[in-house]
Amino acid sequence: MAASITEIKRGLNKGEFSSVEITQDYLARIARHNPALNCFISVTDEIALEQARAADAALAKGEVAPLTGVPLAHKDLFCTDGVKTTCASRILDNFIAPYDATVIENFKRDGAVMLGKTNMDEFAMGSSNENSSYGNVANPWNTEHVPGGSSGGSAAAVAAGLAPGATGTDTGGSIRQPAALCGVTGIKPTYGRVSRYGMIAYGSSLDQGGPFARSAEDCALLLQTMSGFDGRDSTSAEQPAPDYSGALGQGIEGLKIGLPKEYFADGLDGRIAGVIETAIDELRKLGAEIVDVSLPNTGLSIPTYYVIAMAECSSNLSRFDGVRFGHRCEHPVDLEDLYKRSRGEGFGAEVKRRIMIGTYALSAGYYDAYYLKAQQLRRMIKQDFQQAFDDVDLILGPTTPETAFKIGAKTDDPVSMYLQDIYTISLNLAGLPGMSLPVGFSDGLPVGMQLIGNYFDEAGLLNAAHSYQQVSDWHLQVPEAFQ
Amino acid sequence: MSEWESVIGLEIHAQLATKSKIFSGASTAFGADPNTQACAVDLGLPGVLPVLNRAAVTMAVRFGVAIDAEIDHRSVFARKNYFYPDLPKGYQISQFELPIVGKGHIFISPAEGEHKEIGITRAHLEEDAGKSIHDQFPDQSGIDLNRAGTPLLEIVSEPDMRSAKEAVAYARKIHSLVRYLEICDGNMQEGSFRCDANVSVRRKGDQKLGIRAELKNINSFRFLERAINFEIERQIDLIEDGGSVVQETRLYDSERDETRSMRSKEEANDYRYFPDPDLLPVAITDEDIAAIRASLPELPEQKKQRYIDELGLSDYNAELLTASRETAAYFEAALAAAPEQNAQLANWILGDLTGALNKAGIDVSESPITPLMLTQLISRIADNTISGKIAKEVFEAMWQGEGDADGIIEARGLKQITDSGAIESLIDDVIAANPDQVEQFRAGKDKVLGFFVGQVMKQSQGKANPGQVNAMLREKLKS
Repeated sequence: MAASITEIKRGLNKGEFSSVEITQDYLARIARHNPALNCFISVTDEIALEQARAADAALAKGEVAPLTGVPLAHKDLFCTDGVKTTCASRILDNFIAPYDATVIENFKRDGAVMLGKTNMDEFAMGSSNENSSYGNVANPWNTEHVPGGSSGGSAAAVAAGLAPGATGTDTGGSIRQPAALCGVTGIKPTYGRVSRYGMIAYGSSLDQGGPFARSAEDCALLLQTMSGFDGRDSTSAEQPAPDYSGALGQGIEGLKIGLPKEYFADGLDGRIAGVIETAIDELRKLGAEIVDVSLPNTGLSIPTYYVIAMAECSSNLSRFDGVRFGHRCEHPVDLEDLYKRSRGEGFGAEVKRRIMIGTYALSAGYYDAYYLKAQQLRRMIKQDFQQAFDDVDLILGPTTPETAFKIGAKTDDPVSMYLQDIYTISLNLAGLPGMSLPVGFSDGLPVGMQLIGNYFDEAGLLNAAHSYQQVSDWHLQVPEAFQ
Repeated sequence: MSEWESVIGLEIHAQLATKSKIFSGASTAFGADPNTQACAVDLGLPGVLPVLNRAAVTMAVRFGVAIDAEIDHRSVFARKNYFYPDLPKGYQISQFELPIVGKGHIFISPAEGEHKEIGITRAHLEEDAGKSIHDQFPDQSGIDLNRAGTPLLEIVSEPDMRSAKEAVAYARKIHSLVRYLEICDGNMQEGSFRCDANVSVRRKGDQKLGIRAELKNINSFRFLERAINFEIERQIDLIEDGGSVVQETRLYDSERDETRSMRSKEEANDYRYFPDPDLLPVAITDEDIAAIRASLPELPEQKKQRYIDELGLSDYNAELLTASRETAAYFEAALAAAPEQNAQLANWILGDLTGALNKAGIDVSESPITPLMLTQLISRIADNTISGKIAKEVFEAMWQGEGDADGIIEARGLKQITDSGAIESLIDDVIAANPDQVEQFRAGKDKVLGFFVGQVMKQSQGKANPGQVNAMLREKLKS
């Protein structure tokens, strides 16, 4: 089963099958495959079927919203009214939000069905989905390998056909990297395009929600629903979203695409470089003009990112204190004991590491050297992109330096793990949109290509990816065990 | 003269009178049941985000314009990080490097004829924390988050004050100003207006500031004065005994009238301020500032100058009449009815009325004697219907609710006797009854005249016109 959202919409509208039927199919696949993959933290069967029945009733009346009856999965950091939202953390194991995130509200408005909440790295901190208090997620292409992270559950669920589309969030690559490692298409929009309201924060100035699906065409549909100004998020952009689906199919004749030389330098697996070059040839054949560009401060993006993201998270995660909601330790003897044990028991090792480093970076006497310095570098990284976009329409490169690694291979080496995000992280610092799409395989594992757009040019990204997907079938590949 | 000089700066937290909180739509009304006015944002639930209430910004700018402060086009909210159960997010949204209101100043008049300019370093917006309740549940503390997220304007002065009296004058001036500006109700009991005092001492002539202590938990102007005076004495005694002051936060205990150490500098938190990434910098344009400036009421300083220039009031009376918006409003309402009586009105308002109000512990806006009632009373003195002395009796009766001045004068028969015949017969009686004193007067002892006036007034039950009595007595005694 590898139906696309576009096909599901068509089938539902034509009455070839009902939303209840397709929802039951997906729920059955989840029941069958989730034990091996561990993509889902919560499966919301009852809610899904209730929403599917409502969708069928609406369809019968001809009341069709953009996603009426389409089943989807949501990363477990989007708050869902009445359904547990854990962030894959023990500290939120009992947390049920009394509100929906704006993204969830938008999907409800547009008629989508919620299959469940997907696994992730705890509080979105990680690149392998190994930092989850609900256990790691397996890569459907090889279950001994990681799916990437932090939105590993969503990427793996789409790759294995447990959902036709899913939401994710991307702070340093958390949509694009798992999309690449699982062979699916994923887009991180411009910062401010998708509301962060109800999306549990990791690094507030970097976090951005976005969709996973099989194709750019499907991503366009999901992004349409997710996008738009939201008065409840002060960083939300007051700019209407264009018609993403309508922008597809324009072709890329004459499109100028820049290759940053820093993205093809040491550290990139030669086999990945080969796969990407083949894809670049395809784009040339489609009429794109390929030129070299430079993003000289790329090497600074990892340390810059980790100072800013950790500083922000050290403050963002202070609210998890065992006082008002979430995990509270047994029998605290006093306030300090309550804080220390509730947080000590509730947070996993990587979360603690990042809180400690972030706290340090903001401390008196270190603030200028770390946080302020990082903000200066952030501006330089942004300027690199702005200069590059003076000359080109899109920037292209690999999404990751290597394909999915083995589970456990990097757990003792956080720095090597952090380097996984070398090509993705600078976009978050600059606030730019980027997407990853599958362009081939290396040793049986998918290779992702990253497209980077100018501010609010998600339509340009989707159009370019769609053009490529019209002449390739990498995005249609499904791992054998899940066909 | 003491060889010591005290140096005082104040941090005032004024709760801004917005209807909803600074970053959420929850109500700011005082006195609701615990936790009934706290929404998901105030509770710090995961995923929810702050959205700035622009009304708080406007109020802060009103204050800034009123103290002639620098107002930047860009101001930034920062997170102040520390853990406490009544601080739901584990950080307070405040301002650090780019406050909304920059350097400004205000004039105080700590005593008659004294004037001093006090610098204001900055004023910034921040959210209030909730309240911890330690005395209602055995072995546990309660938390009420109704107050969490209430907008505050923290007004930080320069260390320009040299006595508790000056500090109180400054605090009262700010209190008056925020009420004039209608940005704070000024209610100190409900915590809408709170003062912390930074106090240090140094030997006169020293340039370097002494080590300061920060005094907290002061909820009235009286306690502010007492807390500062206690602290000054404590620090001087400490140094004179060979000790030294340590930088610390001290709580004022009004029952024991003393300050007690709360936490030392070493125990102080590192707040790890950084710009809040959930909020955009606040943009304030020149047009915004101009519009706010145009919307300001007449401010106390302008009003005072007008009273001096146009009404000819003394500097001191003008200062007192403008000290609160309500007093000035009372004065102006009365003045409208009797423009020529401004000096009399000022005296009555600042004298008898203020005395009665203070005694009853009520505000001028609650006075049982309305401005028009007072005007009528003063008019009856001016037109010789009653004497100033009788007017005091009428005032007292009006205060007791017996009606207006004319009604009371009529009912009690207090109308002044101006009929010369009636006064003359009273004088004749008194002269006849006191031959000795008549002799004394005629022997050149002028002072005895006062005795005769007193006797005649007594006979008339105070109703005889004192001027007439005086003049007629002189005539009669000479003859």
